[in-house]
Amino acid sequence: MSILVKPNTKILVQGITGSFGARHAQLSLDYGSQVVAGVTPGKGGQVFEHAGKRVPIFDTVAEAVRQTGAAASAIFVPPPFAADAILEGVDADLDVVVCITEGIPVRDMVRVKRAIAGGRTRLIGPNCPGIVTPGEGKDSHGGCRIGIAPGYIHRKGHVGVVSRSGTLTYEAVWQLTSRGAGQSTCVGIGGDPVPGMSHLDIIKLFNDDPDTHAIIMIGEIGGSAEEEAAEWIKKNCRKPVAGFIAGATAPPGRRMGHAGAIVSGGKGTAAAKIAAFKAAGIGVAATPSEMADTLLKMT
Amino acid sequence: MNIHEYQAKQLLARHGVAVPLEIPAKSAAEARSAAEKIAASGSAKIVVKSQIHAGGRGKGIFKDGFQGGVKVAASVDEAGSLAERMLGNVLVTKQTGPDGRRVNALLMAAAARIKKEFYLAVLLDRALGRPVIMASTEGGMDIEEVAANSPEKIFKEWIDPAVGIMPFQARKTASALGLKGELFNAGAKLVTGVFNAWWECDASLVELNPLAVVELAGGKETVVALDAKISLDDNALYRHKDIQEMRDLNEEAPLEIEASKFNLNYIKLDGNIACMVNGAGLAMATMDIIQHYGGMPANFLDVGGGASREQVSAAFKIILQDPHVKGILVNIFGGIMDCNVIATGIVEAVKETHLNLPLVVRLEGNNVQAGKKTLADSGLKLVTGDSMADAARKVVGAVGS
Repeated sequence: MSILVKPNTKILVQGITGSFGARHAQLSLDYGSQVVAGVTPGKGGQVFEHAGKRVPIFDTVAEAVRQTGAAASAIFVPPPFAADAILEGVDADLDVVVCITEGIPVRDMVRVKRAIAGGRTRLIGPNCPGIVTPGEGKDSHGGCRIGIAPGYIHRKGHVGVVSRSGTLTYEAVWQLTSRGAGQSTCVGIGGDPVPGMSHLDIIKLFNDDPDTHAIIMIGEIGGSAEEEAAEWIKKNCRKPVAGFIAGATAPPGRRMGHAGAIVSGGKGTAAAKIAAFKAAGIGVAATPSEMADTLLKMT
Repeated sequence: MNIHEYQAKQLLARHGVAVPLEIPAKSAAEARSAAEKIAASGSAKIVVKSQIHAGGRGKGIFKDGFQGGVKVAASVDEAGSLAERMLGNVLVTKQTGPDGRRVNALLMAAAARIKKEFYLAVLLDRALGRPVIMASTEGGMDIEEVAANSPEKIFKEWIDPAVGIMPFQARKTASALGLKGELFNAGAKLVTGVFNAWWECDASLVELNPLAVVELAGGKETVVALDAKISLDDNALYRHKDIQEMRDLNEEAPLEIEASKFNLNYIKLDGNIACMVNGAGLAMATMDIIQHYGGMPANFLDVGGGASREQVSAAFKIILQDPHVKGILVNIFGGIMDCNVIATGIVEAVKETHLNLPLVVRLEGNNVQAGKKTLADSGLKLVTGDSMADAARKVVGAVGS
């Protein structure tokens, strides 16, 4: 098992004809993921071809879902059109929408978050690397890769990984794989101030997933999502959790790359988050080089 | 992006927020003419306010020893001479750092007879993903201190983005500030305007500190935005051409402007170990691990997920312009991008810049063996690190010795 997506989950790609979307649709096909449809308004009826595979393109997400049974979407459209693309995916009743796009205005995401509240579609991102559920083949081939993460660094196994950052997630996954510890599912929730699913939402799914035996949670400065997750873990989580918080050396008031990574008004400091982790019994990696070791010592 | 007080007040005024009689000035002549207009309106005293993107201006000190970035003049002549002292001078406040900021503009204002001061702000509540109005009767104070010491004095009203601000919410806020009668109605109107400015401008913060009840000539009281600060969401600037024009490059670090031309995310810090990393989270983590092993990072630098050779080269040139840099740590996790492309870019950049500082490179990921071979065959005096920890220890050691 896994969370959110399984190796056989049918995926559609919104923005499949753009260079970024096309490249990662190809990489997902190479990884053995079930990319069954593309959506680019005005290009319906065309076909996206790669390595002998033919992926039909549709004008609308609703049509793509009707024709192919796709249940999850990866969004690669430019920022001004991303809010619309997310809501189109939700309207088509997809199980999971993963928005890779970086640079969406906060106001757009405030409206999206309000519009999708209470619905059944799960939104991952925006500004995120996406989801990987590793497969059983060589270098985890045959898994479900939605987004931009490198597939080959994964290995099928029982550690769940959740993080706001892309490359820091890959670092953790690579540390695990290098030590022979595989992953159930790896989720990059994104570095924006208004994300879809939070650390806590993902932790709850991992807690309920019988195939996830331990969890790595990677956070960064800004907001209070890590503290909320830690509070819940303290009371409810039945599995060992190790974590790392990036940004202990970041100066207040400066946005550190991610729109959400900013210490403002004395809130969102690394020190406060690390203290919350420790209080919840979460193993805190002293350096980002020790994320996997910290967890493996606990299991 | 941040904008100046006078620009913030222009945006607020467009949304119906009452602001005092004020005129921006960029030269001594403009300042004098503004002072004359203000005097002619019946105000005996004129406030001269330095316009820089930093707080603490009133208590700031100019580099030539002149005290105070905000001064009250008793006459047009005095306002004119104050303006001459401030324009072109460098103001140091608790928020500017020791280098201070050059004052290129002033805001000339009628001195208000302040009866009461309040705090009013609109910002994003990240936990709920919706905007919140924050108001307090403790105006003119450091709001973070108020929040820490007496949180009950901060009133909060959350706005549903599906319906926008409702009139009753503006009234609740005015009531929480203790406004009565005509001031109550004026206050509610002002609160609505402040929220609408936040929403319509795609602001990340609109803050009035203080919002004030002032007495006009003739004894009538009115409520106005006495000071104003607006920060904007960079991601939304594409749909606000008018606000883009308010950008003041004098307020930004030259190296950060240079980096943004190459789509690099660079922030200068105070240490001496420069770092170049792909991805924001990994870049922050790299700064942290340098500090963990006893070093101090000289910068945050994210070359992005798909860095090109040109970007790597530009990144090297930018970090080498910081005279404090004594060593460089490159940390790349090439998930999708080819480590050999990065290695080739590093070798080219090192040769091009005639780098003679210690350089530690940690490469991991796609095609890493070819990348390591390119580095080894280059004949350059660089050190490779096997892990983040190994690389960080090596660069800290090299700089320390």
